[in-house]
Amino acid sequence: MAHILLRHRDIPDINKLEVYRKNGGFEAFKQVVTSMKPEAVTEVVKASGLRGRGGAGFPTGLKWAFMDNKNWPHYVVANADESEPGTFKDREIMENNPFQFLEGVAISAYAVGAHAAYVYLRGEFWQVAAFLDERIEDMEKAGLLGGKLFGTDYELKIYTHLGAGAYICGEETALLESMEGKRGQPRLRPPFPPSFGLYGKPTVVNNVETFTNIPMIFSKGADWYKALGTADSAGVKVFSLSGRVKKPGNYELPFGTTFRQLVYEHGGGIINDRPVKAIMAAGASSSIIKVDDKALDTPMDYASVRTLGADLGSASVIVIDDTVSIEWVISKTVEFFKHESCGKCTPCREGNYWMMHVIERMEAGEDVEANTELLLSVAKQMQNKCLCALGEFATMAVVSGIERFPDDFTTSSIGGGHA
Amino acid sequence: MSLTEKYPQEVKKILAKYPPEQKRSAVMPLLYLAQRQEGYATRAAMQDIADLLAITPTDVASIIGFYTLFHDEKEGRYRMQVCTDLPCALRGADQFLQELCTNLQVQVGQTSEDDLVTIEEVKCLAGCDKAPMFQLQGENGIEYHENMTVDKTLELIEALRKSGKEVK
Ligand SMILES: Cc1cc2nc3c(=O)[nH]c(=O)nc-3n(C[C@H](O)[C@H](O)[C@H](O)COP(=O)(O)O)c2cc1C
Ligand code: SF4
Ligand code: FES
Repeated sequence: MAHILLRHRDIPDINKLEVYRKNGGFEAFKQVVTSMKPEAVTEVVKASGLRGRGGAGFPTGLKWAFMDNKNWPHYVVANADESEPGTFKDREIMENNPFQFLEGVAISAYAVGAHAAYVYLRGEFWQVAAFLDERIEDMEKAGLLGGKLFGTDYELKIYTHLGAGAYICGEETALLESMEGKRGQPRLRPPFPPSFGLYGKPTVVNNVETFTNIPMIFSKGADWYKALGTADSAGVKVFSLSGRVKKPGNYELPFGTTFRQLVYEHGGGIINDRPVKAIMAAGASSSIIKVDDKALDTPMDYASVRTLGADLGSASVIVIDDTVSIEWVISKTVEFFKHESCGKCTPCREGNYWMMHVIERMEAGEDVEANTELLLSVAKQMQNKCLCALGEFATMAVVSGIERFPDDFTTSSIGGGHA
Repeated sequence: MSLTEKYPQEVKKILAKYPPEQKRSAVMPLLYLAQRQEGYATRAAMQDIADLLAITPTDVASIIGFYTLFHDEKEGRYRMQVCTDLPCALRGADQFLQELCTNLQVQVGQTSEDDLVTIEEVKCLAGCDKAPMFQLQGENGIEYHENMTVDKTLELIEALRKSGKEVK
Protein backbone atom coordinates (compact mmCIF):
# COMPACT_ATOMS: atom_id res chain seq x y z
CA MET A 1 0.00 0.00 0.00
CA ALA A 2 1.21 3.49 -0.75
CA HIS A 3 2.27 5.43 2.32
CA ILE A 4 -0.05 8.05 3.76
CA LEU A 5 2.43 9.77 6.08
CA LEU A 6 5.86 8.60 4.95
CA ARG A 7 5.01 9.53 1.37
CA HIS A 8 8.62 10.44 0.63
CA ARG A 9 9.27 6.72 0.44
CA ASP A 10 7.03 6.54 -2.64
CA ILE A 11 7.45 10.01 -4.13
CA PRO A 12 11.01 11.27 -4.59
CA ASP A 13 11.66 14.94 -3.77
CA ILE A 14 8.32 15.46 -2.04
CA ASN A 15 10.26 17.78 0.28
CA LYS A 16 10.35 20.27 -2.62
CA LEU A 17 7.34 22.53 -2.79
CA GLU A 18 6.64 22.07 -6.49
CA VAL A 19 6.75 18.27 -6.17
CA TYR A 20 4.48 18.32 -3.14
CA ARG A 21 2.01 20.54 -5.00
CA LYS A 22 2.12 18.38 -8.12
CA ASN A 23 0.99 15.54 -5.89
CA GLY A 24 -2.03 17.40 -4.60
CA GLY A 25 -0.23 19.35 -1.90
CA PHE A 26 -2.05 22.37 -0.38
CA GLU A 27 -5.26 21.56 -2.25
CA ALA A 28 -6.80 20.54 1.07
CA PHE A 29 -5.70 23.79 2.75
CA LYS A 30 -7.07 25.81 -0.15
CA GLN A 31 -10.32 23.89 -0.10
CA VAL A 32 -10.95 24.43 3.60
CA VAL A 33 -10.00 28.12 3.58
CA THR A 34 -12.07 28.97 0.50
CA SER A 35 -15.11 26.74 0.99
CA MET A 36 -15.52 25.58 4.60
CA LYS A 37 -16.53 27.16 7.89
CA PRO A 38 -13.93 26.53 10.62
CA GLU A 39 -16.37 24.44 12.70
CA ALA A 40 -17.05 22.22 9.69
CA VAL A 41 -13.32 21.50 9.41
CA THR A 42 -13.25 20.32 13.00
CA GLU A 43 -16.30 18.13 12.34
CA VAL A 44 -14.48 16.31 9.53
CA VAL A 45 -11.52 15.62 11.83
CA LYS A 46 -13.91 14.32 14.49
CA ALA A 47 -15.59 12.05 11.95
CA SER A 48 -12.24 10.62 10.81
CA GLY A 49 -11.67 9.08 14.24
CA LEU A 50 -8.12 10.53 14.33
CA ARG A 51 -6.51 10.24 17.75
CA GLY A 52 -3.38 12.08 18.93
CA ARG A 53 -0.08 10.37 18.10
CA GLY A 54 1.97 11.95 20.89
CA GLY A 55 1.17 9.18 23.35
CA ALA A 56 -2.18 9.74 25.02
CA GLY A 57 -4.37 8.99 21.98
CA PHE A 58 -6.85 11.76 22.70
CA PRO A 59 -9.43 12.34 19.89
CA THR A 60 -8.03 15.23 17.84
CA GLY A 61 -11.30 16.72 16.57
CA LEU A 62 -12.70 16.79 20.07
CA LYS A 63 -9.64 18.67 21.33
CA TRP A 64 -10.10 21.32 18.63
CA ALA A 65 -13.78 21.63 19.54
CA PHE A 66 -12.79 22.41 23.15
CA MET A 67 -11.15 25.70 22.14
CA ASP A 68 -12.64 28.50 24.18
CA ASN A 69 -14.28 30.93 21.75
CA LYS A 70 -14.68 33.66 24.37
CA ASN A 71 -10.97 34.17 24.76
CA TRP A 72 -8.76 35.37 21.87
CA PRO A 73 -6.31 35.14 20.12
CA HIS A 74 -6.01 31.40 19.59
CA TYR A 75 -2.76 29.57 18.95
CA VAL A 76 -1.69 26.27 17.42
CA VAL A 77 1.49 24.57 18.63
CA ALA A 78 3.04 21.51 17.04
CA ASN A 79 4.80 19.29 19.53
CA ALA A 80 8.07 18.30 17.85
CA ASP A 81 9.93 17.64 21.07
CA GLU A 82 10.23 13.90 20.26
CA SER A 83 12.30 12.81 23.24
CA GLU A 84 10.76 9.52 24.36
CA PRO A 85 13.55 6.92 24.18
CA GLY A 86 12.79 4.77 21.14
CA THR A 87 10.80 7.41 19.22
CA PHE A 88 12.19 8.76 15.95
CA LYS A 89 9.21 9.17 13.65
CA ASP A 90 8.52 12.92 13.82
CA ARG A 91 12.07 13.61 12.77
CA GLU A 92 11.73 11.43 9.66
CA ILE A 93 8.45 13.15 8.76
CA MET A 94 9.80 16.69 9.20
CA GLU A 95 13.02 15.96 7.33
CA ASN A 96 11.39 14.26 4.39
CA ASN A 97 7.73 15.19 4.10
CA PRO A 98 7.77 18.64 5.72
CA PHE A 99 5.02 20.25 3.66
CA GLN A 100 2.41 17.66 4.53
CA PHE A 101 3.13 18.31 8.21
CA LEU A 102 3.02 22.09 7.73
CA GLU A 103 -0.19 21.84 5.72
CA GLY A 104 -1.73 19.92 8.61
CA VAL A 105 -0.68 22.69 10.99
CA ALA A 106 -2.19 25.29 8.64
CA ILE A 107 -5.52 23.46 8.37
CA SER A 108 -5.66 23.13 12.14
CA ALA A 109 -4.95 26.85 12.55
CA TYR A 110 -7.80 27.71 10.19
CA ALA A 111 -10.14 25.35 12.04
CA VAL A 112 -9.56 27.09 15.38
CA GLY A 113 -9.17 30.62 14.04
CA ALA A 114 -5.48 30.96 14.88
CA HIS A 115 -3.28 33.40 12.97
CA ALA A 116 0.00 32.24 14.48
CA ALA A 117 1.28 28.70 14.84
CA TYR A 118 4.52 27.53 16.40
CA VAL A 119 6.51 24.36 15.89
CA TYR A 120 8.34 23.55 19.14
CA LEU A 121 11.32 21.34 18.32
CA ARG A 122 13.71 19.72 20.75
CA GLY A 123 16.97 21.68 20.73
CA GLU A 124 18.90 18.80 19.24
CA PHE A 125 16.76 19.15 16.08
CA TRP A 126 18.71 22.26 15.21
CA GLN A 127 19.22 21.20 11.61
CA VAL A 128 15.59 20.15 11.25
CA ALA A 129 14.48 23.57 12.47
CA ALA A 130 16.74 25.35 9.98
CA PHE A 131 15.32 23.14 7.23
CA LEU A 132 11.73 23.85 8.30
CA ASP A 133 12.48 27.60 8.36
CA GLU A 134 13.42 27.34 4.68
CA ARG A 135 10.28 25.36 3.85
CA ILE A 136 8.17 27.97 5.66
CA GLU A 137 9.87 30.63 3.55
CA ASP A 138 9.03 28.61 0.40
CA MET A 139 5.40 28.66 1.48
CA GLU A 140 5.45 32.40 2.17
CA LYS A 141 6.90 33.11 -1.27
CA ALA A 142 4.22 30.93 -2.87
CA GLY A 143 1.45 32.79 -1.06
CA LEU A 144 0.54 29.79 1.10
CA LEU A 145 1.32 31.68 4.31
CA GLY A 146 0.92 35.35 5.15
CA GLY A 147 -2.06 37.64 4.55
CA LYS A 148 -5.10 37.29 2.25
CA LEU A 149 -4.67 33.57 1.73
CA PHE A 150 -6.33 32.33 -1.46
CA GLY A 151 -8.03 35.71 -1.83
CA THR A 152 -9.80 35.50 1.54
CA ASP A 153 -9.24 37.55 4.68
CA TYR A 154 -7.60 34.65 6.46
CA GLU A 155 -3.97 35.15 7.43
CA LEU A 156 -1.48 32.81 9.01
CA LYS A 157 2.17 32.75 10.05
CA ILE A 158 4.10 29.68 11.15
CA TYR A 159 7.28 29.94 13.26
CA THR A 160 9.74 27.41 14.63
CA HIS A 161 10.93 27.54 18.24
CA LEU A 162 13.83 25.47 19.55
CA GLY A 163 13.87 23.85 22.98
CA ALA A 164 17.20 23.13 24.62
CA GLY A 165 17.43 19.57 25.89
CA ALA A 166 14.75 18.64 28.41
CA TYR A 167 12.46 15.62 27.96
CA ILE A 168 9.82 17.16 30.18
CA CYS A 169 9.23 19.89 27.57
CA GLY A 170 7.37 17.25 25.54
CA GLU A 171 4.63 17.40 28.17
CA GLU A 172 2.30 19.98 26.70
CA THR A 173 2.07 22.42 29.59
CA ALA A 174 5.82 22.30 30.26
CA LEU A 175 6.27 22.94 26.54
CA LEU A 176 4.09 26.04 26.78
CA GLU A 177 6.01 27.32 29.81
CA SER A 178 9.23 26.78 27.91
CA MET A 179 7.85 28.67 24.90
CA GLU A 180 7.06 31.55 27.20
CA GLY A 181 10.75 31.74 28.05
CA LYS A 182 10.54 30.01 31.42
CA ARG A 183 11.89 26.81 32.91
CA GLY A 184 10.04 23.90 31.34
CA GLN A 185 7.99 22.71 34.29
CA PRO A 186 4.44 21.37 33.95
CA ARG A 187 1.44 23.42 35.00
CA LEU A 188 -1.31 22.06 37.14
CA ARG A 189 -4.10 20.74 34.87
CA PRO A 190 -6.95 21.58 34.50
CA PRO A 191 -7.17 24.12 32.95
CA PHE A 192 -6.08 22.38 29.76
CA PRO A 193 -4.44 24.20 26.84
CA PRO A 194 -7.66 24.61 24.80
CA SER A 195 -8.86 26.97 27.52
CA PHE A 196 -5.53 28.20 28.97
CA GLY A 197 -2.53 27.63 26.75
CA LEU A 198 0.23 29.76 25.30
CA TYR A 199 0.29 33.20 27.01
CA GLY A 200 -2.86 32.06 28.80
CA LYS A 201 -4.76 31.90 25.50
CA PRO A 202 -6.66 28.93 24.05
CA THR A 203 -4.15 26.68 22.32
CA VAL A 204 -4.24 23.46 20.34
CA VAL A 205 -1.18 21.30 21.03
CA ASN A 206 -0.81 18.29 18.76
CA ASN A 207 1.99 15.96 17.84
CA VAL A 208 3.79 16.25 14.48
CA GLU A 209 2.46 12.92 13.23
CA THR A 210 -1.09 13.88 14.24
CA PHE A 211 -0.92 17.00 12.06
CA THR A 212 0.60 15.07 9.17
CA ASN A 213 -2.56 12.95 8.92
CA ILE A 214 -4.82 15.97 8.43
CA PRO A 215 -4.29 16.87 4.73
CA MET A 216 -5.01 13.30 3.59
CA ILE A 217 -8.20 13.20 5.65
CA PHE A 218 -9.45 16.17 3.63
CA SER A 219 -8.23 15.04 0.24
CA LYS A 220 -9.55 11.48 0.59
CA GLY A 221 -12.36 11.90 3.09
CA ALA A 222 -13.03 11.09 6.72
CA ASP A 223 -14.77 7.81 5.81
CA TRP A 224 -11.79 6.62 3.82
CA TYR A 225 -9.55 7.39 6.81
CA LYS A 226 -11.81 5.79 9.37
CA ALA A 227 -11.95 2.56 7.35
CA LEU A 228 -8.19 2.15 7.85
CA GLY A 229 -7.04 0.62 11.11
CA THR A 230 -9.44 -0.74 13.71
CA ALA A 231 -12.74 0.38 15.19
CA ASP A 232 -10.96 1.74 18.27
CA SER A 233 -7.91 3.17 16.53
CA ALA A 234 -8.57 4.68 13.12
CA GLY A 235 -5.97 5.10 10.43
CA VAL A 236 -2.28 4.36 10.13
CA LYS A 237 0.56 4.78 12.59
CA VAL A 238 4.28 5.16 12.22
CA PHE A 239 5.82 2.50 14.45
CA SER A 240 9.39 3.26 15.52
CA LEU A 241 10.99 -0.15 15.85
CA SER A 242 14.26 -0.40 17.79
CA GLY A 243 16.31 -2.73 19.96
CA ARG A 244 17.39 -6.25 19.12
CA VAL A 245 15.82 -6.56 15.67
CA LYS A 246 17.67 -7.03 12.40
CA LYS A 247 16.03 -4.08 10.64
CA PRO A 248 15.19 -1.29 13.06
CA GLY A 249 13.45 1.76 11.61
CA ASN A 250 10.10 3.44 11.07
CA TYR A 251 7.27 1.40 9.63
CA GLU A 252 3.98 2.98 8.67
CA LEU A 253 1.27 0.36 9.16
CA PRO A 254 -2.45 0.30 9.87
CA PHE A 255 -3.42 0.10 13.52
CA GLY A 256 -4.19 -3.53 14.27
CA THR A 257 -1.02 -4.91 12.74
CA THR A 258 0.31 -7.52 15.18
CA PHE A 259 3.58 -7.34 17.09
CA ARG A 260 4.63 -10.50 15.24
CA GLN A 261 4.14 -8.87 11.85
CA LEU A 262 6.08 -5.79 12.91
CA VAL A 263 9.00 -7.67 14.45
CA TYR A 264 9.31 -10.52 11.96
CA GLU A 265 7.86 -9.39 8.62
CA HIS A 266 9.05 -5.82 8.79
CA GLY A 267 11.87 -5.90 11.33
CA GLY A 268 13.46 -9.03 9.85
CA GLY A 269 13.34 -10.93 13.16
CA ILE A 270 15.81 -10.90 16.02
CA ILE A 271 19.59 -10.51 15.85
CA ASN A 272 21.18 -13.99 15.78
CA ASP A 273 17.63 -15.40 15.61
CA ARG A 274 17.24 -15.38 19.38
CA PRO A 275 13.76 -15.53 20.91
CA VAL A 276 11.94 -12.32 21.87
CA LYS A 277 11.77 -11.97 25.61
CA ALA A 278 10.03 -8.68 26.15
CA ILE A 279 8.58 -5.70 24.31
CA MET A 280 8.22 -2.10 25.40
CA ALA A 281 5.56 -0.59 23.14
CA ALA A 282 5.67 2.98 24.42
CA GLY A 283 9.40 3.62 24.73
CA ALA A 284 10.95 3.97 28.17
CA SER A 285 7.52 4.90 29.57
CA SER A 286 6.18 1.39 28.98
CA SER A 287 4.99 -1.38 31.14
CA ILE A 288 7.17 -4.23 29.94
CA ILE A 289 5.21 -6.86 28.03
CA LYS A 290 6.29 -10.42 28.70
CA VAL A 291 6.31 -11.96 25.25
CA ASP A 292 4.68 -15.26 24.38
CA ASP A 293 2.68 -16.33 21.29
CA LYS A 294 -0.41 -14.60 22.52
CA ALA A 295 1.42 -11.31 22.98
CA LEU A 296 3.07 -11.58 19.57
CA ASP A 297 -0.31 -12.11 17.94
CA THR A 298 -1.88 -9.14 19.70
CA PRO A 299 -2.97 -6.37 17.32
CA MET A 300 -1.28 -3.06 17.92
CA ASP A 301 -4.14 -0.70 18.64
CA TYR A 302 -4.86 1.26 21.81
CA ALA A 303 -7.46 -1.16 23.25
CA SER A 304 -5.73 -4.45 22.40
CA VAL A 305 -2.36 -3.49 23.84
CA ARG A 306 -4.15 -2.62 27.06
CA THR A 307 -5.25 -6.27 27.40
CA LEU A 308 -1.54 -7.08 27.85
CA GLY A 309 -1.29 -4.70 30.81
CA ALA A 310 0.55 -2.09 28.75
CA ASP A 311 -0.07 0.95 26.57
CA LEU A 312 0.66 1.66 22.94
CA GLY A 313 1.64 5.26 23.71
CA SER A 314 3.60 6.77 20.86
CA ALA A 315 4.23 3.26 19.42
CA SER A 316 7.96 3.26 20.04
CA VAL A 317 8.45 -0.48 20.04
CA ILE A 318 11.65 -1.52 21.81
CA VAL A 319 12.41 -5.21 21.33
CA ILE A 320 14.37 -7.14 23.95
CA ASP A 321 15.71 -10.65 23.39
CA ASP A 322 16.68 -13.41 25.82
CA THR A 323 20.28 -12.21 26.13
CA VAL A 324 19.13 -9.12 28.00
CA SER A 325 18.38 -8.86 31.72
CA ILE A 326 15.25 -6.94 32.68
CA GLU A 327 17.06 -5.67 35.76
CA TRP A 328 19.52 -3.94 33.42
CA VAL A 329 16.62 -2.59 31.33
CA ILE A 330 15.04 -0.90 34.32
CA SER A 331 18.39 0.45 35.46
CA LYS A 332 18.44 2.26 32.08
CA THR A 333 14.87 3.56 32.32
CA VAL A 334 15.30 4.74 35.91
CA GLU A 335 18.52 6.50 35.00
CA PHE A 336 16.62 8.25 32.21
CA PHE A 337 13.75 9.43 34.40
CA LYS A 338 16.01 10.46 37.26
CA HIS A 339 17.89 12.61 34.79
CA GLU A 340 14.71 14.06 33.25
CA SER A 341 12.57 14.68 36.35
CA CYS A 342 12.01 18.43 36.36
CA GLY A 343 12.18 18.53 40.16
CA LYS A 344 8.94 20.41 40.67
CA CYS A 345 7.25 17.81 42.88
CA THR A 346 8.74 15.69 45.64
CA PRO A 347 7.48 12.14 44.88
CA CYS A 348 8.99 12.22 41.39
CA ARG A 349 12.22 14.02 42.27
CA GLU A 350 12.98 11.98 45.40
CA GLY A 351 11.42 8.75 44.15
CA ASN A 352 13.56 8.59 41.05
CA TYR A 353 16.63 9.44 43.07
CA TRP A 354 15.84 6.62 45.48
CA MET A 355 15.08 4.08 42.81
CA MET A 356 18.46 4.76 41.19
CA HIS A 357 20.19 4.49 44.52
CA VAL A 358 18.54 1.14 45.33
CA ILE A 359 19.42 -0.23 41.90
CA GLU A 360 23.04 0.76 42.39
CA ARG A 361 23.13 -1.04 45.72
CA MET A 362 21.54 -4.09 44.15
CA GLU A 363 24.07 -4.10 41.35
CA ALA A 364 26.84 -3.91 43.92
CA GLY A 365 25.49 -7.23 45.16
CA GLU A 366 23.91 -5.94 48.36
CA ASP A 367 20.97 -8.06 49.52
CA VAL A 368 19.27 -8.37 46.16
CA GLU A 369 15.97 -9.70 47.44
CA ALA A 370 15.42 -7.01 50.05
CA ASN A 371 16.49 -4.27 47.65
CA THR A 372 14.17 -5.56 44.93
CA GLU A 373 11.29 -5.37 47.36
CA LEU A 374 12.33 -1.89 48.41
CA LEU A 375 12.54 -0.79 44.79
CA LEU A 376 9.06 -2.09 44.09
CA SER A 377 7.66 -0.34 47.11
CA VAL A 378 9.29 3.00 46.25
CA ALA A 379 7.83 2.77 42.73
CA LYS A 380 4.36 1.95 44.04
CA GLN A 381 4.49 4.83 46.48
CA MET A 382 5.18 7.23 43.65
CA GLN A 383 2.12 6.16 41.70
CA ASN A 384 -0.84 8.57 41.63
CA LYS A 385 1.13 11.19 43.58
CA CYS A 386 2.97 13.06 40.88
CA LEU A 387 1.98 16.34 39.28
CA CYS A 388 2.50 15.16 35.72
CA ALA A 389 2.64 11.84 33.93
CA LEU A 390 6.44 11.66 33.94
CA GLY A 391 6.43 10.52 37.55
CA GLU A 392 3.99 7.77 36.61
CA PHE A 393 5.97 6.79 33.51
CA ALA A 394 9.07 6.32 35.66
CA THR A 395 7.40 3.56 37.64
CA MET A 396 5.94 1.56 34.75
CA ALA A 397 8.98 -0.45 33.71
CA VAL A 398 10.05 -0.93 37.33
CA VAL A 399 6.79 -2.37 38.59
CA SER A 400 6.04 -4.51 35.53
CA GLY A 401 9.67 -5.62 35.25
CA ILE A 402 9.90 -6.88 38.81
CA GLU A 403 6.43 -8.43 38.82
CA ARG A 404 6.67 -10.13 35.44
CA PHE A 405 10.35 -11.13 35.41
CA PRO A 406 11.21 -12.13 39.00
CA ASP A 407 14.00 -14.43 37.79
CA ASP A 408 15.97 -11.40 36.66
CA PHE A 409 16.07 -10.03 40.20
CA THR A 410 18.01 -12.72 42.03
CA THR A 411 21.55 -12.71 43.41
CA SER A 412 22.78 -14.95 40.61
CA SER A 413 21.13 -13.02 37.76
CA ILE A 414 22.20 -9.48 38.73
CA GLY A 415 24.95 -8.10 36.58
CA GLY A 416 24.26 -10.44 33.67
CA GLY A 417 22.72 -9.67 30.32
CA HIS A 418 24.05 -6.26 29.52
CA ALA A 419 23.08 -6.42 25.85
CA MET B 1 30.15 44.28 21.33
CA SER B 2 26.59 43.63 22.38
CA LEU B 3 24.44 40.89 20.90
CA THR B 4 22.38 43.42 18.94
CA GLU B 5 25.50 45.03 17.52
CA LYS B 6 26.96 41.70 16.56
CA TYR B 7 23.85 40.11 15.03
CA PRO B 8 21.38 42.95 14.32
CA GLN B 9 19.37 41.10 11.66
CA GLU B 10 19.05 37.92 13.65
CA VAL B 11 18.00 39.64 16.86
CA LYS B 12 15.30 41.51 14.96
CA LYS B 13 14.07 38.33 13.28
CA ILE B 14 13.90 36.47 16.58
CA LEU B 15 11.95 39.22 18.34
CA ALA B 16 9.48 39.39 15.44
CA LYS B 17 8.38 35.80 16.06
CA TYR B 18 6.55 36.62 19.29
CA PRO B 19 3.85 39.10 20.26
CA PRO B 20 5.53 42.38 21.35
CA GLU B 21 4.21 42.04 24.91
CA GLN B 22 5.62 38.49 25.15
CA LYS B 23 9.25 39.26 24.42
CA ARG B 24 10.42 36.86 27.08
CA SER B 25 9.72 33.99 24.67
CA ALA B 26 12.87 35.08 22.84
CA VAL B 27 15.18 34.11 25.71
CA MET B 28 16.03 30.65 24.36
CA PRO B 29 16.65 31.66 20.73
CA LEU B 30 18.79 34.58 21.97
CA LEU B 31 20.82 32.25 24.17
CA TYR B 32 21.54 30.07 21.14
CA LEU B 33 22.72 33.18 19.34
CA ALA B 34 24.90 34.17 22.29
CA GLN B 35 26.47 30.72 22.40
CA ARG B 36 27.31 30.71 18.73
CA GLN B 37 30.77 32.17 19.06
CA GLU B 38 32.21 30.93 22.34
CA GLY B 39 30.12 27.81 22.83
CA TYR B 40 28.74 29.25 26.05
CA ALA B 41 26.88 32.33 27.25
CA THR B 42 29.18 34.97 28.72
CA ARG B 43 28.10 37.23 31.59
CA ALA B 44 27.93 40.16 29.22
CA ALA B 45 25.67 38.23 26.85
CA MET B 46 23.37 37.28 29.72
CA GLN B 47 23.10 40.94 30.67
CA ASP B 48 22.37 41.87 27.02
CA ILE B 49 19.56 39.35 26.83
CA ALA B 50 18.11 40.49 30.12
CA ASP B 51 18.11 44.10 28.90
CA LEU B 52 16.55 43.22 25.56
CA LEU B 53 13.71 41.29 27.18
CA ALA B 54 13.20 43.36 30.31
CA ILE B 55 13.98 40.45 32.65
CA THR B 56 16.80 40.04 35.16
CA PRO B 57 20.16 38.34 34.52
CA THR B 58 19.09 35.87 37.25
CA ASP B 59 16.11 34.88 35.11
CA VAL B 60 18.45 34.24 32.22
CA ALA B 61 20.81 32.24 34.41
CA SER B 62 17.97 30.09 35.66
CA ILE B 63 17.08 29.19 32.07
CA ILE B 64 20.69 28.24 31.39
CA GLY B 65 20.67 26.07 34.49
CA PHE B 66 17.48 24.23 33.52
CA TYR B 67 18.30 23.24 29.95
CA THR B 68 21.17 20.91 29.11
CA LEU B 69 22.04 22.60 25.81
CA PHE B 70 22.89 25.92 27.44
CA HIS B 71 26.25 26.45 29.08
CA ASP B 72 27.82 29.18 31.17
CA GLU B 73 31.37 27.84 31.07
CA LYS B 74 33.90 27.13 28.43
CA GLU B 75 34.45 23.48 27.49
CA GLY B 76 36.28 21.80 24.63
CA ARG B 77 35.64 23.37 21.26
CA TYR B 78 33.42 20.42 20.40
CA ARG B 79 31.12 18.34 22.54
CA MET B 80 30.73 14.81 21.32
CA GLN B 81 27.58 13.52 22.97
CA VAL B 82 27.08 9.80 22.63
CA CYS B 83 23.62 8.40 23.23
CA THR B 84 23.67 5.46 25.62
CA ASP B 85 19.97 5.34 26.34
CA LEU B 86 18.15 1.99 26.33
CA PRO B 87 17.45 1.51 22.59
CA CYS B 88 20.98 2.53 21.60
CA ALA B 89 22.48 0.47 24.42
CA LEU B 90 20.63 -2.55 23.03
CA ARG B 91 22.68 -1.99 19.88
CA GLY B 92 26.12 -1.65 21.44
CA ALA B 93 26.28 2.02 22.43
CA ASP B 94 27.83 1.45 25.87
CA GLN B 95 30.64 -0.57 24.35
CA PHE B 96 31.16 2.01 21.61
CA LEU B 97 31.53 4.79 24.17
CA GLN B 98 33.96 2.78 26.27
CA GLU B 99 36.20 1.92 23.32
CA LEU B 100 36.12 5.50 22.11
CA CYS B 101 37.22 6.77 25.52
CA THR B 102 39.99 4.19 25.75
CA ASN B 103 41.28 5.27 22.37
CA LEU B 104 41.20 8.95 23.27
CA GLN B 105 42.54 8.30 26.77
CA VAL B 106 39.78 10.29 28.42
CA GLN B 107 36.90 9.40 30.67
CA VAL B 108 33.28 10.25 30.03
CA GLY B 109 32.81 13.93 30.86
CA GLN B 110 36.44 14.81 30.21
CA THR B 111 38.05 16.91 27.52
CA SER B 112 40.89 15.78 25.29
CA GLU B 113 44.31 17.12 26.21
CA ASP B 114 44.36 19.63 23.37
CA ASP B 115 40.97 21.06 24.47
CA LEU B 116 39.43 19.97 21.18
CA VAL B 117 36.64 17.67 22.22
CA THR B 118 34.68 16.86 25.37
CA ILE B 119 33.15 13.38 25.44
CA GLU B 120 29.75 13.18 27.05
CA GLU B 121 26.98 10.65 27.51
CA VAL B 122 23.42 11.75 26.70
CA LYS B 123 19.86 10.47 26.59
CA CYS B 124 17.85 9.48 23.53
CA LEU B 125 18.40 11.73 20.49
CA ALA B 126 15.69 10.22 18.26
CA GLY B 127 18.16 8.25 16.18
CA CYS B 128 17.74 4.90 17.93
CA ASP B 129 17.61 2.84 14.73
CA LYS B 130 21.04 4.15 13.72
CA ALA B 131 23.09 3.36 16.85
CA PRO B 132 25.85 3.83 17.72
CA MET B 133 25.25 7.52 17.22
CA PHE B 134 26.20 10.86 18.72
CA GLN B 135 25.67 14.53 18.20
CA LEU B 136 28.52 16.92 17.73
CA GLN B 137 28.00 20.35 19.25
CA GLY B 138 30.31 23.00 17.92
CA GLU B 139 30.39 26.45 16.38
CA ASN B 140 28.16 25.31 13.53
CA GLY B 141 25.36 24.18 15.81
CA ILE B 142 24.50 20.53 16.29
CA GLU B 143 25.31 17.79 13.82
CA TYR B 144 24.12 14.17 14.00
CA HIS B 145 26.50 11.30 13.24
CA GLU B 146 24.75 7.96 12.92
CA ASN B 147 25.67 4.33 12.31
CA MET B 148 29.14 5.11 13.65
CA THR B 149 32.15 2.95 14.41
CA VAL B 150 35.07 3.84 16.68
CA ASP B 151 37.37 4.09 13.64
CA LYS B 152 35.07 6.45 11.77
CA THR B 153 34.75 8.58 14.92
CA LEU B 154 38.52 8.81 15.39
CA GLU B 155 38.84 9.90 11.76
CA LEU B 156 36.22 12.57 12.34
CA ILE B 157 38.10 13.88 15.39
CA GLU B 158 41.32 13.94 13.38
CA ALA B 159 39.58 15.98 10.67
CA LEU B 160 38.27 18.44 13.26
CA ARG B 161 41.74 18.81 14.69
CA LYS B 162 43.20 19.63 11.27
CA SER B 163 40.46 22.06 10.31
CA GLY B 164 41.02 23.93 13.58
CA LYS B 165 44.74 24.34 12.84
CA GLU B 166 44.05 25.73 9.39
CA VAL B 167 41.80 28.40 10.81
CA LYS B 168 44.51 29.51 13.21
C1 LIG C 1 6.67 13.46 30.19
C2 LIG C 1 5.90 13.62 28.91
C3 LIG C 1 6.59 13.73 27.71
C4 LIG C 1 5.90 13.89 26.51
N1 LIG C 1 6.63 14.00 25.36
C5 LIG C 1 5.97 14.20 24.19
C6 LIG C 1 6.69 14.38 22.98
O1 LIG C 1 7.93 14.34 22.95
N2 LIG C 1 5.99 14.59 21.84
C7 LIG C 1 4.62 14.64 21.84
O2 LIG C 1 4.04 14.86 20.79
N3 LIG C 1 3.91 14.48 22.97
C8 LIG C 1 4.54 14.26 24.14
N4 LIG C 1 3.81 14.12 25.30
C9 LIG C 1 2.35 14.25 25.21
C10 LIG C 1 1.89 15.71 25.26
O3 LIG C 1 1.75 16.12 26.60
C11 LIG C 1 0.54 15.93 24.58
O4 LIG C 1 -0.37 15.01 25.09
C12 LIG C 1 0.59 15.77 23.08
O5 LIG C 1 1.54 16.62 22.52
C13 LIG C 1 -0.76 16.07 22.49
O6 LIG C 1 -0.74 15.85 21.10
P1 LIG C 1 -1.58 14.67 20.43
O7 LIG C 1 -2.97 14.74 20.97
O8 LIG C 1 -1.51 14.98 18.97
O9 LIG C 1 -0.91 13.40 20.79
C14 LIG C 1 4.48 13.94 26.51
C15 LIG C 1 3.80 13.80 27.72
C16 LIG C 1 4.49 13.64 28.90
C17 LIG C 1 3.72 13.51 30.17
S1 SF4 D 1 6.08 14.43 38.09
FE1 SF4 D 1 8.29 14.80 37.84
S2 SF4 D 1 8.49 15.78 35.86
FE2 SF4 D 1 6.31 15.91 36.43
S3 SF4 D 1 6.14 17.91 37.49
FE3 SF4 D 1 6.60 16.40 39.08
S4 SF4 D 1 8.87 16.48 39.25
FE4 SF4 D 1 8.33 17.46 37.32
S1 FES E 1 18.23 5.70 22.37
FE1 FES E 1 19.88 6.61 21.40
S2 FES E 1 18.96 7.86 19.94
FE2 FES E 1 17.28 6.95 20.92
